[in-house]
Amino acid sequence: MTAAWVVLATAVALALQTTMARFGVGGTVTVDFVLVVVVYASLTSGPVTGLLTGTFAGLVQDSLSSGVIGVGGLAKTIVGFGVGVIGTRFIVARPLPRFVVFFGATAVHAVVFIGLHELFRAREFGIPYAAEAGKALGNAIIGVVALQLAELLPGAMERRRLAKPRLRR
Amino acid sequence: MALLDIRQRAGILFLVVTLGHIILISAQVSSRRGVPVLEAVTFGVFAEVQRGVSSLASAASGFWSGYVVLRDVRAENELLREELANVRIELQRQRALADRSRGLGQLLALRTHIDLDTSAAEIIASGATPDFRTFTIDKGTNDGIDVDMAVIAPDGVVGRVVVPSARAAKVQLLIDRNAAAGVLVTRSRAQGVVVGGGDDRLHLRYVSEAADVAVGDQLVTSGIDGIYHKGFAIGEVTAVDRSGRVYKDITVRPAVDFSRVEAVLVVRTPPPARGVEEEGGL
Repeated sequence: MTAAWVVLATAVALALQTTMARFGVGGTVTVDFVLVVVVYASLTSGPVTGLLTGTFAGLVQDSLSSGVIGVGGLAKTIVGFGVGVIGTRFIVARPLPRFVVFFGATAVHAVVFIGLHELFRAREFGIPYAAEAGKALGNAIIGVVALQLAELLPGAMERRRLAKPRLRR
Repeated sequence: MALLDIRQRAGILFLVVTLGHIILISAQVSSRRGVPVLEAVTFGVFAEVQRGVSSLASAASGFWSGYVVLRDVRAENELLREELANVRIELQRQRALADRSRGLGQLLALRTHIDLDTSAAEIIASGATPDFRTFTIDKGTNDGIDVDMAVIAPDGVVGRVVVPSARAAKVQLLIDRNAAAGVLVTRSRAQGVVVGGGDDRLHLRYVSEAADVAVGDQLVTSGIDGIYHKGFAIGEVTAVDRSGRVYKDITVRPAVDFSRVEAVLVVRTPPPARGVEEEGGL
């Protein structure tokens, strides 16, 4: 996975986030497309790519948000590194384990992100459980579908190419 | 070679990056005054990207509905279906136009009614992360928009401007977990502060033990926070959790449905409290 791929995927995720997320404001289920990209990169390319992708994507997202710059970056770095380690130590090739990884990664991200903000702002809002659970569910579904498509599409296209009738001389 | 070594030592790289983040965060937390330069510049650049993406999406949508669909219809050569489709599209367009006219009419009525210097703006994008509830509007410093200006809709308070660029501005919604506003209860005149919960609810805090707050009470801005003028609608109390004399939690449903807001008014006239401060400062 190249740096260009990471930059492009992050840019596309941010574009999706800013154009599609407006329809979900105030709703229960939301998706963090940037986090999906980080977990995807970590699962497919390991902890180093995962943490670098998390750092880059998190800092870009932070700089476009109203919060402290670095909090999202740190949260996504931790998630990227952790998921990368899990991806290299365990077999995460089937939809269910992948779903669990995406769901868990979103939960860890929420704990780190909200925890750091609560720490710095010293406010007692509590964790919005329903919203975070909805986001974890959304991320897990999008992430699993993206991974499955990325794996199945090339094979399907190759089979279709081979199945075409050949011209007889 | 050095790059190869560091890639083989992921743990060290992780620690270095984490330390870098902590230093970055610490620097901001210890000296947070106004808008960070990095945030303002990045937002200014990205606002243009958002504008481009929005235009691209509109163009693609127009191309699809105006050419591809019509070409398919011609290819099918079913005149009645084509006419029906066109009528339906026109109906939807008229409905959308009517909805939009209604919304703009309400906005115009509000603008006339409140008698303040305001600027109408359209929402062109939402926040880059779902953890912060923000909108991007298509007006910026070129239109006289500045930090901490109140943003309102016909139904009530939407939020405040946090990062203005030349041709766009970021608006922090009232439901953002970092947002707050001074309010008073219209029935009992009790005062407090509403804070965003990060979801679609607000929480009323800092209410006196002697205050009278009940479910169904309407809240309006008190005008003491230096951002919002007095009297704008905030929302309705939906739950009151009280143990003894102490209010533990008061939940408020916002007056504004943030998922349906398309156009807003930015109040350029500062409230009396801030106006006095600014004059004193000069």
